[in-house]
Amino acid sequence: MLADQDRIFTNLYGLHSPGLEAAKQRGAWDGTKFLLEMGRDWIIEEMKRSGLRGRGGAGFPTGLKWSFMPKKSDGRPHYLVVNADESEPGTCKDREIMRHDPHLLIEGCMLASFAMAAHACYIYIRGEYVAEKHALQRAVDEAYAAKLVGQDNVHGYPFDIYVHHGAGAYICGEETALLESLEGKKGMPRLKPPFPANMGLYGCPTTVNNVESIAVAGTILRRGGAWFAGLGGKNNTGTKLFCVSGHVNKPCNVEEELGITFRELVDKHCGGMRGGWDNLLCSIPGGSSVPLVPAEQIIDAKMDFDTLKNLGSGLGTAAVIVLDRSTDIVSAIARIAYFYKHESCGQCTPCREGTGWMWRVMLRMAEGRAQRREIDMLLDVTKQIEGHTICALGDAAAWPIQGLIRHFRPEIERRIDRYSANPHSDAVRIAAE
Amino acid sequence: MANRRLAPAAEQPAAFAFSPENADWAKGQIEKYPEGRQASAVIPLLWKAQEQNGGWLPQKAIEAVADELGMPHIRVLEVATFYTMFALEPVGRFWIQLCGTVPCDSCGARELKDYLHCRLGAPGHVSADGNFSWLEVECLGACCNAPMAQINQDYYEDLTPDLLGTLMDDLAAGRPVKVGSQVGRTSSEPLGGAETLTDATLFDGSRVGAWRKRFEEKDEENEAGKAEAASSEQRAASEPKPGRPDSGRAAEKSVTDAPAQRAAAGETPVKASDKADAADTKESTAQGGRPGPAQPETIAKAEAAGAEAGTQSDLPRSEPPPQPAASGASADAPADAKKSAPNNPAPKKGN
Repeated sequence: MLADQDRIFTNLYGLHSPGLEAAKQRGAWDGTKFLLEMGRDWIIEEMKRSGLRGRGGAGFPTGLKWSFMPKKSDGRPHYLVVNADESEPGTCKDREIMRHDPHLLIEGCMLASFAMAAHACYIYIRGEYVAEKHALQRAVDEAYAAKLVGQDNVHGYPFDIYVHHGAGAYICGEETALLESLEGKKGMPRLKPPFPANMGLYGCPTTVNNVESIAVAGTILRRGGAWFAGLGGKNNTGTKLFCVSGHVNKPCNVEEELGITFRELVDKHCGGMRGGWDNLLCSIPGGSSVPLVPAEQIIDAKMDFDTLKNLGSGLGTAAVIVLDRSTDIVSAIARIAYFYKHESCGQCTPCREGTGWMWRVMLRMAEGRAQRREIDMLLDVTKQIEGHTICALGDAAAWPIQGLIRHFRPEIERRIDRYSANPHSDAVRIAAE
Repeated sequence: MANRRLAPAAEQPAAFAFSPENADWAKGQIEKYPEGRQASAVIPLLWKAQEQNGGWLPQKAIEAVADELGMPHIRVLEVATFYTMFALEPVGRFWIQLCGTVPCDSCGARELKDYLHCRLGAPGHVSADGNFSWLEVECLGACCNAPMAQINQDYYEDLTPDLLGTLMDDLAAGRPVKVGSQVGRTSSEPLGGAETLTDATLFDGSRVGAWRKRFEEKDEENEAGKAEAASSEQRAASEPKPGRPDSGRAAEKSVTDAPAQRAAAGETPVKASDKADAADTKESTAQGGRPGPAQPETIAKAEAAGAEAGTQSDLPRSEPPPQPAASGASADAPADAKKSAPNNPAPKKGN
């Protein structure tokens, strides 16, 4: 288990005050000026050395991302945009950072902005997080009042930070959709290239980072990239907030080393599996958009990017949804399919039409009101959606269904057989709606 | 799913204007964004308009926001209908949004849904007393405290049908209610208290500044840095970096043609002398059949050979070109060049 001294989010549970004074006692804003004086290149080098991979789902190295920003401004301002539009089902970590440890985030914004020559930062928080928005705004106001940020602050680097909020659209978690939304438009993803590092917010160089990636920056720079890289495993370094939900005895958020095994995570922090380990059916280890992993594969798997990728799934946002044998797995995946139907922005045809189609077929399969050959047809449609859309929402909608068919095909077939073995008034039609 | 059309004309108010304090607040919001980018404030302004109008957004409010921001009405209407948190129809005094996505669904949101169905009827309708309306919504991001619901702006977590019923009774009667977890959790810690983050030194300030030691031992660090740099070449070979920024898709290809990788695969880099050979005049097809007198070309070639061999290439051209590290046959070219140089004092122009 990770030692308390190595935890970054020491007020994760809100047992202490989120205010500035308490945050300083916990080590936030400690020597920020000193870190800034070490220079831009040093900060980026140190972040690269830490091996930090983005915490928003894709796992792209954060230091590398920062280094994509133009070194010199061509007259356009640079922007840092923090993605706090946390809406991946199962994920509830950024919320805790914003309401309980907001100063780590604000300090991280300052350091990251400095490293990218940005003088303004927008934090895009999801609309539903009203209390969190107020908490974060309070912390920003405190930082302004203490002259930690602002046009003439004690650090000598003019820097403004703004809290912006959305209005309930999952798609705005995609970086270019977020920028569109921040510009006051519908949140529809943009084609890439140009990448945001060249043409982002208002057509200016922009970097979009997850809350957790930014909030850990201060601690990493203070304690050193080597310290962070020493935690976890190779290529999967550092600590990570895990959000364990579903059928464990005590669901919770917890900061742990990457590479902790699933069994240890659940046993040590979540009071064990509901009904014992034999009761585990499967887990969705990275938020709803990654394929599920059946019990026997996940139970002793290391929770890190590469191990889960090799299991045909992904770490995503480390939102571990645990499902026991009481779960109706086909309807659970049908519910996820509904989520993507609901959240598709409607821009690309494969996703707009496909998510609804897949949901309707999944609904019938949950009842068994389908034909066996439709399973292959469904799988084929998921493959046609995957990779054929502007953003990754199409992929995210396809993967859970692919995971279900990969691991639970016999269960779907059993339902179909049971349904067709009994007399029903409506004939089973094949999917072509 | 929430209705995405404007409410019928009968329910629409005749006019909408921001109250003076909200108008001031709106000005403050617009100032957050650069000059000419006031459209960015459209979501906060619509949100405020919805708040002022009792939780839903009438057509007049959408138009008022558009006028305030100098945007065409249709652009703001697009935004208002795209984002699902804008209620386009009247809602109850307490607007219950029940999370029904998988983590909540697997922890009892279905029972809550049944309860609300029984008590309030179909979703999207205001109850007879005007107190409640409800809707099943997508993930609200409090999954460790599932199942949960958002009532107006507050989250109520760890619900059961009984707790939800009591909560609704209390709200309707105007009794104070506790926001957040309904089973006594502070936030998302394990029920009954966490076993982590118990070290008192984390909170009393005794660890502030401890990290500075690292910079006092800077020399050691530098040594470590050098060792790291030495090993980075090996790492680059075994773990190629992505060829372009990650687009978020799974099918990312790595760069397979990095120099370090070639070296690791046992491929020897081209030697300088071999490069000189590549520019050998004898091998050259351009030279074919014209051995001696073609001086300018010979010089240019010899110079190219010199450049490729890594020697200085920006010498004045009237000077004999530098001798590449020649071996065997390639020695001819510079020899030719040397001979020809004095005969042709200004090949620079002739070139």
